[in-house]
Amino acid sequence: MSIAWYLAVSAIVFSLGAIGVITRRNPLVVLLCLELMLNGANLALIAFSRMWGNGDGQILAIVVMTVAACEVCIGLGMIVALYRRRLPIDVDELRELQG
Amino acid sequence: MSSVLFFIAAIGVISGAVGVVLLRNPFYSVLALVSHLLSLAVLFLLLRSEFVAAIQVVIYAGAVMVLYVFVVAYVGDQTEPLGERLRSPGAIGSQLRLGGAVLAGALLVELLIALLGTGLQAVDGKGAGYSPGPETFGTPAYIGKLLLTRFLLAFEAASFLLLIAAVGGVVLARRRHGLDEEEEEHVLTPMDLLRPRATGTMAEGVGRRPEGVHQNQTTRPSAASRFNP
Repeated sequence: MSIAWYLAVSAIVFSLGAIGVITRRNPLVVLLCLELMLNGANLALIAFSRMWGNGDGQILAIVVMTVAACEVCIGLGMIVALYRRRLPIDVDELRELQG
Repeated sequence: MSSVLFFIAAIGVISGAVGVVLLRNPFYSVLALVSHLLSLAVLFLLLRSEFVAAIQVVIYAGAVMVLYVFVVAYVGDQTEPLGERLRSPGAIGSQLRLGGAVLAGALLVELLIALLGTGLQAVDGKGAGYSPGPETFGTPAYIGKLLLTRFLLAFEAASFLLLIAAVGGVVLARRRHGLDEEEEEHVLTPMDLLRPRATGTMAEGVGRRPEGVHQNQTTRPSAASRFNP
């Protein structure tokens, strides 16, 4: 398959993630859709890495995975803290970060 | 053969993504994301990056998704009525939400134009040459050599970021009210002279609170009751 097919799949996944981030209200699902966007970017990076036969894109993809793991850690910690304080788990209701 | 595998994996990737966005129950969304990640690992394998595919399966689909499943089970059933606000007229943000979805569709069109309409000849090719070997493109030896020589700074920065995120996760999710009711009396230690109280020590993390902090707790339910009348 030519590289263009992989790039098309990555664009579709990225846009689906963007739709989810904008339209869903549960912060857990918003985080999942953010993962989708990062995965779309990763697929594009690895496709370009294959295109040039160069490993830099794969290293960048690994760094993106690390950043995604950190983001999951902090985001899930915030969701658990919200739940403990009996605040609504809904990004429409949560308009301020002040505890 | 590889094109058949590509289409199977691409269908898995896209249907998994659609499932994440459309399923109502967050638990099913997490499961859809796991299937999406596994199919994506197949695509990575087709692109000759074995090490990234292995990381994708082991760390992403294994570890990170387990964390998600635990948090979904902890927070409980948060089934969200999909599109309810889109259908009800006059609800706050419904037009904005619909406009956001349209904008994301426009983003897809723009991305496709940018990626496929590019003048790069190599986009239509199958990629650079590839010869199998122990240290060729995409193997763990190749990635490790790159990480420890050319990208050492990025490697160290990522490790610091992980450390900071781990500390931040502990601070955010620690227990603030204590495990048990009986209070243990505060023993004065030399550390009390060096740092103010209630600043996030490990002893406070498991529920031992120093005195002088309890007055603040009475204000907390009233702040929360604004959201849940």
